[in-house]
Order: sequence, then structure tokens, then C-alpha cells
Amino acid sequence: MQEVKDFKPTIVAFCCNWCSYAGADLAGSSRLSYPADVKIIRVPCSGRVNPMFILKAFERGADGVIICGCHPGDCHYSTGNYYTRRRLALLYSMLDYMGIERGRTRVEWVSAAEGVKFSTVMNKFVEDIRALGECVKLGDIRCKD
Amino acid sequence: MQGLELKLKERLQKLLDDGTVDCVIGWTKGEFIYDVTPAIFTKESGLDGFVYNSFCGANLSKYLVSQITSDKKFAVILKPCDTYSMNQLITEHRVNRENIYIIGVGCSGHIDIDKVKAQGVSGITNVIDNDNNIIINSIYGDSKIEKASVLLSKCQSCKGSELKISDEIIGEGIKTPTCDERFDGVKKLEAMTAEERFAFWKSELSKCIRCNACRNICPACTCRTCVFDNARSNVAAKANATEFEEKMFHIIRAFHVAGRCTDCGECSRVCPQSIPLHLLNRKFIKDINEFYGDYQAGEESNQRNPLVNFTESDIEATVISDKEGK
Repeated sequence: MQEVKDFKPTIVAFCCNWCSYAGADLAGSSRLSYPADVKIIRVPCSGRVNPMFILKAFERGADGVIICGCHPGDCHYSTGNYYTRRRLALLYSMLDYMGIERGRTRVEWVSAAEGVKFSTVMNKFVEDIRALGECVKLGDIRCKD
Repeated sequence: MQGLELKLKERLQKLLDDGTVDCVIGWTKGEFIYDVTPAIFTKESGLDGFVYNSFCGANLSKYLVSQITSDKKFAVILKPCDTYSMNQLITEHRVNRENIYIIGVGCSGHIDIDKVKAQGVSGITNVIDNDNNIIINSIYGDSKIEKASVLLSKCQSCKGSELKISDEIIGEGIKTPTCDERFDGVKKLEAMTAEERFAFWKSELSKCIRCNACRNICPACTCRTCVFDNARSNVAAKANATEFEEKMFHIIRAFHVAGRCTDCGECSRVCPQSIPLHLLNRKFIKDINEFYGDYQAGEESNQRNPLVNFTESDIEATVISDKEGK
């Protein structure tokens, strides 16, 4: 068992291809740092994120899951992120209702021009997850190291 | 209730005889008065064994889904709360309205046999329902029980006696005196701390044997191939191996019907392990009402489900992530 100060969380970030993934790219090319604990998964639209993806990420050992998409109104497919917003608000509220820490799930809108925001959001999220510690409430024991 | 059964039987026989319908979806009697089973009666088989009594709590609208490709005409008996499910099925084009003849029946609440037995009554031979109280004849003598104490839990938060859709109405109904406010259970859980809530759901969901009864009975669960039966979905039907799978199954089950669930309470009624599954569905309903305005699925047909709708000023999911409190 590692000590808490060495705790390296696993963060899964679903980033939409058109805005947030490009935002992450910009953060990189602007030499802005964000923790290496964040594993980015590129999705065509934040609307592609099935609630099952989020649960499965937790099953496989994620300590936090963040979904990034275009700002409402700026979706590449016009309205995808509006549906995401409703869906995830309900899902997160349900996870909270089942007693899973609220801070482990998040939605942020990051545009392709917001490299700085991407870096700040990720730094903040990783910090929050570090404070919460390892996710033990959702997770499959068979998937642990 | 006895009179209602005779009236229904007479009317159904007439409908079968004059060819208005080819089949009737109703209930058939079992070994005891309380183990009635949904059944399909045809012209050939006649209405032998047809029964309608205080134990006919099942929602029959789901049985029409598998008949969508059939050309036969069906008569179906629906109680006021079942008509919400019917409206929802019509909205989703999961039933063929033209082939369905809906007989709405007045309802004064249905009885949960387990609650009767829990009051120490055994050897039941007959039950007479007088709306306010029930008289139980048993081999050990007669007893009188207050009806409100033995109602199905779904009847304890009754949606009212109005039939939302019907071709004809037989019998008068009354709104069951509600013992519970609809969202009381949800509010009680919300008031707990996260640790308490987690412990509550852990103890409840660990009872789940994955029999899939909740899914099979649900009138909103009408996918031809359910995600839990799809071998390629990676979550195909199998016993829950871990705590994660228990939670995942129930979150996803409730999420798939969010915005479409009419709160008919069938999932909790059929659960052999008595898991209060309606508390998950009602949480979604409560959230939808709070976030996006009051919405009752099945209130009328062709409504737009709030989950396939949006407004520009919707609540942000971060509000939930950043919520203060327990």
C-alpha cells in the first residue's frame, strides 16, 4: 500500500474531437502543464459518452471521470452537448444519490481556443481527486493491481 | 369487485362474439384466489377461467408489445395507472393502437397478498373487497382487515382514478387514500449522508439475484435486444459477480427508462428480493421535475421526453458536482 502523499489517481477525460481535444492540443503546444494522471479518450462528440462508459471507467479503476465538450451552442453537430448536459446532470445526481462522492464526476466545456482553461480544469480536477483519495465505492476488485 | 368481474366477463364475451376483438388480455385464476396470472384468451378458448379481483395488480400493457406484428385485435383491461404506460407505448410506437381495444376499469387499489399473510392470516379461501376493508374467509374462520394496510406499495402513492386513454369504461373508481407522498422515500434518502446512502444501497442491491424480473415486467423496457442480453455489449446477462455489477445493472436499468418511466411501480412489485427499485426511478423523475419542469410520462400520447429535448438555459452538470452538503 502506497502512502497517501504518493497517491497517483487515474483520471479518465472524455474529450470531444472538435473542441476539447483541440483545446488539449493547444495546451500542449502552448507548453502549459497538466498532470500526467489524466488519460484522454477522444470521442466524436460529448454526446457520444454513454453513461455506461463512465461506469465502466470506474470499474476499471478510474478515480475520477471528466467529460469535456464544446460550449453549449458551439457543438460541431449543433445540439449534441445539450443532450449530454441533461443526461449527465441526471446520471451524476443518481451517483450522488447512491452515495458515490460527487467530486469524482464532472463536466466542463472547453473550446479549441482554451488551452489555458484545459490546463486549469485538469489541474483543479486532479487536485480534487487527490483530496478524495482512491475510489473504492465503484470499482471491480478483480480489476485492481 | 365480484360484480365488476361479471360485468367484464359479459362484455368481453360480447366483444369476442361480435368479432370486435380476436383476443383478450386478462387474468386467469390460479390455485388460490390470490395467485392470478395474466393470460390471453381467444375466441376458441373462450373466457374459461377469466378472473378479475383485488389481486389483479399487474400492468397488462407490456403484453401488447410482443403482439405488434400480429394482425389480431386485442382487448386489454387497463387500470388508471396502467393507461399511462399505454400512452407511453403509443408515443414510442411500440404498440399498434388500431389493433387495441382498451377497456378501462375503475380501481380502488389492489391488495398485496404478502401483506395480508404478514398479518397472520393463513389458509385463505376467499377475499371480499369492500373498498374500505376486506373480509377474508379462511379455513380457520373469517377476519376483517383494513384495506389501506394491505395495499400494494404502488397503490400507496396512487396517481388518481382518471383513465388517460380508453375505448370504454367499466366500473367506477376511487383514488386510493394515499398513505405516502410520492417522493417521501427519495427525500428521506437524500437527507442522509453519503455514507448512509451508500450503505443503504449496498445492502439493498446486494440482495439482487439478477433474475431480470424488473426489466421483463417494465412497460418502458421494450428494446428488441436489451443491452443486458447483447453479448457484444460486454455487460450481457449473467449473475452479478461483484458489487460494481449490482450497482451498474440497476443504475443503467433505471437510466434507460429515465424520462419514460410512468412510475407504475411494477419493478418493485415483482422483485422477488423486495428491493425498493422504484426509489431509483423516482429519483430520476424527481430530478427531471426539479431541473426541467414537471413532467409525467404517459400523461398523454406524443409528449416529448425531457431527455431527448433541451433548452439553452438548462442546469449545468457542474452544479451537481459542486453541490454543498452531505
